[in-house]
Amino acid sequence: MIKESDLSLADAKFRTKVDAGDYYIQTIKMGETIRIIDLEGNQAADTLFYNAHDPSERYSASDTVREGAALYLTAGTILKTNLNRDLLEIVADTCGRHDTVGGACSTESNTVRYDLEKRCMHACRDSWLLAIAEHEEYGLAKEDIGHNINFFMNVPVTSDGQLQFADGVSGPGKYVELVAKMDTIVLISNCPQLNNPCNAYNPTPIEVAVWNAA
Amino acid sequence: MTNQEIFPNEYNTLIAPGAHWSLVVRKGMEMTLTDPEGGANVGMLFYNPNLLSEKYNAPDTLKCQHTFKLTRGHCLYSDMGRVFASITHDSFGWHETICGNSHAQHVENRWGKRSYQTQSNAWLQNGFDAFLVELAKYRMKKQDLAANLNLFSEVSSDEEGTLSLSRQSQAGDSITLRFEMDTLVIMHTCPHPLNTAADYPQKPVQVSLKKASPIQADDYCLNLCDENRRGFHNNALYHLGM
Repeated sequence: MIKESDLSLADAKFRTKVDAGDYYIQTIKMGETIRIIDLEGNQAADTLFYNAHDPSERYSASDTVREGAALYLTAGTILKTNLNRDLLEIVADTCGRHDTVGGACSTESNTVRYDLEKRCMHACRDSWLLAIAEHEEYGLAKEDIGHNINFFMNVPVTSDGQLQFADGVSGPGKYVELVAKMDTIVLISNCPQLNNPCNAYNPTPIEVAVWNAA
Repeated sequence: MTNQEIFPNEYNTLIAPGAHWSLVVRKGMEMTLTDPEGGANVGMLFYNPNLLSEKYNAPDTLKCQHTFKLTRGHCLYSDMGRVFASITHDSFGWHETICGNSHAQHVENRWGKRSYQTQSNAWLQNGFDAFLVELAKYRMKKQDLAANLNLFSEVSSDEEGTLSLSRQSQAGDSITLRFEMDTLVIMHTCPHPLNTAADYPQKPVQVSLKKASPIQADDYCLNLCDENRRGFHNNALYHLGM
């Protein structure tokens, strides 16, 4: 569902550009709003969320799609934790559909998907692992790297059970905005994938903006 | 007693309803699960017993085979690009791996509170707690849980992405998993989280283990797609020198 935000970027308390292949990690407080902007279009923002006070409670794709009985995420979707509690709510979305089935690229899955000799190409899971290595203060480890959201990715499932990688529904400047239901660690890998036609083999920057609680 | 009688290569058992179990299954074994009554559900997860941080990865499994459902021919991948098991036989046609588990609150809301005191072994166990207990036996916790398989449960999506438990197995349906590396299998027989039957589904599952036939060059799972050939290559590298 397309829903525009009332917030103005001029009022954001924090803004940063995240280049492709880089990560973003930050804690946002309960009630704060975070917006992720696909600056140039057809990018994938591979995103994980954690309870900032106990990261063993984290975003759960399974609990989210089951409780909403909805496979695609958009405005109105409540993101659930692995304890089936509310974590964030998507409050605005100018893209209309985001994937949480397809997971994140890794060097290991690249060997399966593309070529055995592509194991040393940069990948989202490596970005997350670099983030948690460089930021031990969050208390995250490999077992905390779970099943993520791919903001701006379109991965339709057909009624007969096929998984398609359709052309992106995103475009330059499209965004998704979420309000935190608890203090939340946000961990984003701006996808560096060079082997996937979804981003025209050209990963591009995203922007992250945060607003204080209303 | 013969050596075969002391150390048999086959094992058959019936897993009770609402129960959980785990075991290490060796490379080259196959596990056939049969729903004897119809309407069963088996929650299942895989870990590498030598390095528990390697585990079943549903997104990698679905994405590399361009599928949402799992059936004969599909391989079940770890997060390290290796094949834990391949599905060599399936009479049901669509096993799901996206909906996770029932939690205590789901079960209580639908069928009542779990109480061993009053329900004994027919207690109203939920899938999430079942997994947590079984994982703890290997010193794993809730952060080690991944999106699991729900065997014998078909969950489909319409064009808008609305999900439903669209079909469950019939009596006699079965699936065979051939293990391509040593695998810690964690399983439960709790109801699917989208099951809204009037009564808690008390459904057992038959499990049988035996040696699989050696893989041939024309193996159906191996040749389902280029991705699976590369997955088997990764397994070959893992077993190099063995």
